[in-house]
Amino acid sequence: MSTAPDPAAPAAPAAALALGDDALVLSHRLTEWTGHAPVLEEEVALANIALDLLGQARTLLSLVGDEDELAFRREERAFRNVQLVEQPNGDFARTIARQLYFSVYQELLYGQLAAGAGGEPAGALAPLAAKAVKEVAYHRDHAEQWTLRLGDGTGTSHARMQAGLDALWRYTGELFRPVEGLALDWAGLAAAWRETVGGVLERATLTLPEGPRGTGWSAGAGREGVHTEPFGLMLAEMQHLHRSHPGATW
Amino acid sequence: MPETITERGSRSGAEAASGPRTDPGAAGPAPAQEAAFEAKIAADERIEPRDWMPDAYRATLVRQIAQHAHSEIIGMQPEANWLTRAPSLRRKAILLAKVQDEAGHGLYLYSAAETLGTGRDELLDKLHAGRQKYSSIFNYPTLTWADVGAIGWLVDGAAIINQVPLCRCSYGPYARAMVRICKEESFHQRQGYELLHTLAHGTPEQHAMAQDAVDRWWWPSLMMFGPPDDESAHSAQSMAWKIKRHSNDELRQRFVDICVPQAEILGLALPDPDLKWNEERGQHDFGAIDWAEFKEVLRGNGPCNDQRLDRRRRAHEDGAWVREAAAAYAAKRALGAAGPGEAA
Repeated sequence: MSTAPDPAAPAAPAAALALGDDALVLSHRLTEWTGHAPVLEEEVALANIALDLLGQARTLLSLVGDEDELAFRREERAFRNVQLVEQPNGDFARTIARQLYFSVYQELLYGQLAAGAGGEPAGALAPLAAKAVKEVAYHRDHAEQWTLRLGDGTGTSHARMQAGLDALWRYTGELFRPVEGLALDWAGLAAAWRETVGGVLERATLTLPEGPRGTGWSAGAGREGVHTEPFGLMLAEMQHLHRSHPGATW
Repeated sequence: MPETITERGSRSGAEAASGPRTDPGAAGPAPAQEAAFEAKIAADERIEPRDWMPDAYRATLVRQIAQHAHSEIIGMQPEANWLTRAPSLRRKAILLAKVQDEAGHGLYLYSAAETLGTGRDELLDKLHAGRQKYSSIFNYPTLTWADVGAIGWLVDGAAIINQVPLCRCSYGPYARAMVRICKEESFHQRQGYELLHTLAHGTPEQHAMAQDAVDRWWWPSLMMFGPPDDESAHSAQSMAWKIKRHSNDELRQRFVDICVPQAEILGLALPDPDLKWNEERGQHDFGAIDWAEFKEVLRGNGPCNDQRLDRRRRAHEDGAWVREAAAAYAAKRALGAAGPGEAA
């Protein structure tokens, strides 16, 4: 597989690849929690979110090509997910911060796509978006509820939640860089995201982080295939068995 | 997925003491209560949480349900070991759904135990302190992807045979939880069988992987039915109370007879040279089980006992601050709702 984006590739597959990779990678990260969750209910909830995202990823990647070829046989530089979703789980607060940032984004994005925004090429994504936006609303609510509990729980949980939000803030600017093939109101999306996240954090007695994200230097070139170091290790684990048996059926 | 029987003596007194008193203020049960209980058992009616029940009946159920619940949550570990390496997205989704079911089964079962007056926290503390068991099968490692298939086919298959009769168990909440659990276990067993079938009919390397997994999981799966009937500590009383409906050896035989033709379809050999059809009995004869190994693993000396329990304890300890935060948040909300002038 080529690692550079193919300029001749139609726009819908490019967008499906980007959004599919987001879902695939975040699903994998959430799967890593299995057996480690802080409470049994969260084993169920995190697995549920991971399953939803995996389902979305399979639909989206199948619009582009063979789902397993794409998931297991691409090199790191060929993945188009945002860097936010590949960030390691850290503690539960950091996982929740990642989920809050991402789910609010995904809900807004899918909401627009489901409503038919995004122009002609995005039309192929509308059915998936219409189904997925309902799942994502639950993911956002789950992240929101935990942000409130951790933010307004104990001193320790407040500090950990704020630290998680701060650490991942730099990866949020990338969410609003236009995705190839999706003619959406990206500035409007960014404003709505900031308002929603800001509202949750305020209720949770937390502070919207400051620092670089949209302007000046900021992390985030995942959509161009530039990722962070932990991502390569994640892929090594995810792909090793599939790659060890070329041509095998599972 | 429990062994329906353990080798350990009952700790009925200690466990019953933590539940609601079965007979408050009295030295012994009123004869009328005991007679009513016995009559219900005899009539195959269900005992419900508010019904009077003997302390030992309660303790036996708590012990068994707790062991089953612990088995579900510890049993997530050997499969989670392969979740992040699942070789196709379809397999990954199936395995993730399965492991999620197991967490769900843990929830139902801890809830069933709670109806007997013993809360989840107390049971988890006992598990973490090594005072309550989980199924020994999970002390074996998952070394290859094929082990995921072998667990589904053999371990879940054995669990189903153990558990289907529990749907008719005399204690209502446990029986009802088991109905739902058995439906899901049946899906688990089929996915394992189908996974192994794919491997067994795949490349030579995949076939070898599948055979190796069956070689390693066959005997431990037979041990899941518990010790032979003449050495089973709890069997007689549990049968009388209709908590247990069939003997260990009876269920083990049923399992062997089901597996033999399935192994043939899979194209995999069961690792027992003494396994053969006995025309006279109308059942398969099979080789001697290494009970010394069973006892060693139960004693804590299996390949993964320490690893499984350590990981469970660590997850619990690492999550303590999260549970404390949730409790503190809930307390603040309760206070806010009760206090004057507080915004909701």
